[in-house]
Amino acid sequence: MSNQRIEEGRGLLRFLTCGSVDDGKSTLIGRLLHDSRLIAEDTLETLARDSRRHGTVGEEVDLALLVDGLEAERQQGITIDVAYRYFATQRRSFIVADTPGHEQYTRNMATGASNSDLAVILVDARKGIVTQTRRHATICSLLGIKHLVLAVNKIDLIEFDEAQFAKIVEDWNKFSADLHFSETQPIPVSARFGDNVTTSSARTPWYSGPTLAEYLESVDVDYGLRDKPFRFQVQWVNRPNLDFRGFSGTVASGQIALGDSLVVANSGRQSQVTRILGPDGDQPTASAGEAVTICLADELDLARGDMLVPPAARAEVADQLAVNLLWMDEEPLLPGRKYLARFGHAWVPVSVTSIKYRLDINTQQQTPTKKLALNEIAFCNLEISGRVAFDPYTENRATGAFIMVDRYTNRTAGAGMVSFALRRATHIHAEGFLVDKAARAALLNQQPQVIWFTGLSGSGKSSIAKLVEAALHRDGRLTYSLDGDNLRLGLNRDLGFTDQDRVENIRRVGEVAKLFLDAGAIVLCSFISPFRAERRMVREMMAPGEFIEIFVETPVEECIRRDPKGLYQKALDGKIPNFTGISSPYEEPEAAELVVSTAGRTPQESAAAVLDYLRLRLGG
Amino acid sequence: MVSVSKPSLSPHLRRLEAEAIGILRETLASFRNPVLLYSIGKDSSVVLHLALKAFAPGRLPFPCLHIATGWDFRDMLEFRKRRVAELKLDLIVHTNPEGLARGINPIDHGSQVHMHVMATEALKQALDAHGFDAAIGGARRDEEKARAKERVFSHRSAGHIWDPRNQRPELWGLFNTRIDKGEGMRVFPLSNWTEFDVWDYIAAEEIPLVPLYYAALRPVLRRDGMLIMRDDDRMPLKPDEQAEQLWVRFRTMGDWPLTAAHESRAQTVDDVIHELRSSCLSERAGRLIDQDQDASMERKKREGYF
Repeated sequence: MSNQRIEEGRGLLRFLTCGSVDDGKSTLIGRLLHDSRLIAEDTLETLARDSRRHGTVGEEVDLALLVDGLEAERQQGITIDVAYRYFATQRRSFIVADTPGHEQYTRNMATGASNSDLAVILVDARKGIVTQTRRHATICSLLGIKHLVLAVNKIDLIEFDEAQFAKIVEDWNKFSADLHFSETQPIPVSARFGDNVTTSSARTPWYSGPTLAEYLESVDVDYGLRDKPFRFQVQWVNRPNLDFRGFSGTVASGQIALGDSLVVANSGRQSQVTRILGPDGDQPTASAGEAVTICLADELDLARGDMLVPPAARAEVADQLAVNLLWMDEEPLLPGRKYLARFGHAWVPVSVTSIKYRLDINTQQQTPTKKLALNEIAFCNLEISGRVAFDPYTENRATGAFIMVDRYTNRTAGAGMVSFALRRATHIHAEGFLVDKAARAALLNQQPQVIWFTGLSGSGKSSIAKLVEAALHRDGRLTYSLDGDNLRLGLNRDLGFTDQDRVENIRRVGEVAKLFLDAGAIVLCSFISPFRAERRMVREMMAPGEFIEIFVETPVEECIRRDPKGLYQKALDGKIPNFTGISSPYEEPEAAELVVSTAGRTPQESAAAVLDYLRLRLGG
Repeated sequence: MVSVSKPSLSPHLRRLEAEAIGILRETLASFRNPVLLYSIGKDSSVVLHLALKAFAPGRLPFPCLHIATGWDFRDMLEFRKRRVAELKLDLIVHTNPEGLARGINPIDHGSQVHMHVMATEALKQALDAHGFDAAIGGARRDEEKARAKERVFSHRSAGHIWDPRNQRPELWGLFNTRIDKGEGMRVFPLSNWTEFDVWDYIAAEEIPLVPLYYAALRPVLRRDGMLIMRDDDRMPLKPDEQAEQLWVRFRTMGDWPLTAAHESRAQTVDDVIHELRSSCLSERAGRLIDQDQDASMERKKREGYF
């Protein structure tokens, strides 16, 4: 280990390595660590023991084992996740994101790239630029990486052939012309034998450029964050007592000084900076990367998730965005479905309204698609419930990125990069009328309500809904019924039964129900509506309390026995694809307002149970 | 009064400090009931120091938790007492009562059983009893291979299970902090720090540590090539065995029968940093528990060990 402290200046470099399964990524990192004399003695002993057990290079010490981490991965011989390694030379400290080359793990590479300033792309000298190389380069470019090393590995296996190296570089230049890299350094290396990794190789006399280590130590990857406009996302409001109110967060870009004016991006309200508290107390300025607490001269309405910006260089604010989206979840993205998104410290409900195209990361071609599967990338329109402040990702990674989270599993489902705001919707303001829902409800002397019956086909939804509607009508209430049959014959006749069409079907039903609700009616909706997410989507269109979900619970065996329309028989014969309960799932409600079990009950009895509940809710 | 950041803090450390403070604030802002796991070691001392900065001028807005196994070095407990008084900490101390009743100890039951019952199980008990949904710890990714893939916000499903195949990707520092009822999060603000960073920071910020980190003349036994300091007489001496007085220090803190010392004359922070930079052993070499079985750290993590 070096006895000298790291020189000031170059600071930390975060980089990632990408390559295909056998390109020797792990070996290269192992070689860097090993040749920088950063491996402790007891680690080397473990390594020697592991090499005999798991190694792939015979009697040699397998350097790849230094970095492959988890037990299961070691046994399978592949890296399946992102691992971070730390090392330092006399000139610089490094964080290496080791990311897998395996096809299905695009998301891990993107994760590594999102946290890196530079990428080392490995190419097998024998194979040259291959599909995976293009894939890795595309992801790096999309994630905004500007600096690349093209490490042409296994140069020993092509007899240190200069011409072949030159050919690979030429291929690379042709291919990468359309990608947005500002600098690429090609280096011929042998990770296994150490050529041009930390020391110049005598076996490549034709190569006069830097070794990999030299290059990494000296490369300047300043993304100019300090010179960009000031951006500060409020992470936490610090109010320990009545005398202090500060806004804590990390400066995303730019600089600020005492006395500077700032505005809240969303509201446009303005104030001046009166105090800046850093880790050691008051300080006169703050710049990108610093975690500070800012105090303002005025009491502004400002909360976690808001963004402070300078009046003359504001962030954009929008509720519809055009974004690049990388999907990371096993469950595909469906347009219309609601997710939660995190922009900075703001969590907002979002949905993709349309997918413009899917980007084939192997060929860079754009193809139309209706849904987005794991590891796919698409250019989409994103609709936000509320408004967010942002900058285009290419201008500012910190304020132009977001993640999408599945609302049921809480899994991180997508990673997005904002391209630009879609102006269309921001100018359409809801028309205010003189007569509103409350006025109409008062005239009818009733509380408008959406009553949503969900359950399998043949469960008895429509029969119960009809009886309930008749009874409510007798009570003197204005009602209206929506069901699959009356909507699918008209408004929704262009829709089929694929997952996407089901989502769109329910979305339209929800919008229609909302209009009737606005008219003051009690709306009875009977739809199979098999997905929780869509039922929740409709619920959220209405005000709290306006949506009553009733689960008509009938076992599928009973529905098959009843089979009033003969549909189950057809589905079982394979004549109807995507039939709920047979070849398409039904997700039971987790928190329905009411569950009605129809087993052993007549429709009249079930309707009576519903009415008991409703009369209680509706009053009168 | 306007002061300037300490000149001794390098840009690299300043960046790590800012990152850790951001993570601590994120934890407070996102969770209902966070807790700081205070193990009294150097790493959690650094986390505590950072937490005090993160929430200033307010006080530390959550309690600290120490899982006491009954075999902590006496110096650690002494130090804990001092720091709790100095910083007016809200400290919870928990020892597994069943383990205590059954007399689980590292000498008769071995390190694995002892650590499982008195550390892992005890931690789960305390988190459950207080309903803590986020537990902040001082673990670093550079400590061990299995930790290199650990997340900053590491999700634990109900029952504190860590599933290495079901961890959330972390992009751009946009952490997914959402959890369901019964689930929890372990939070590691020092994820990106190395052992050198920790020591450099301790030196620059003058953070007080348990004296055992610094060399002194101490009574030690030589056992299986390890130097064990006999902190009390619960550890029986072997025939003809005698403690020798040696200049030793400890690189990590833990239960005294399981934590080996090494010979050293490093009596100050600067001495320690100098010694580390010329040392050839990894940090966990002094931990007897990690050598029990292959990939032991990963197995322990799955069971809920920090």
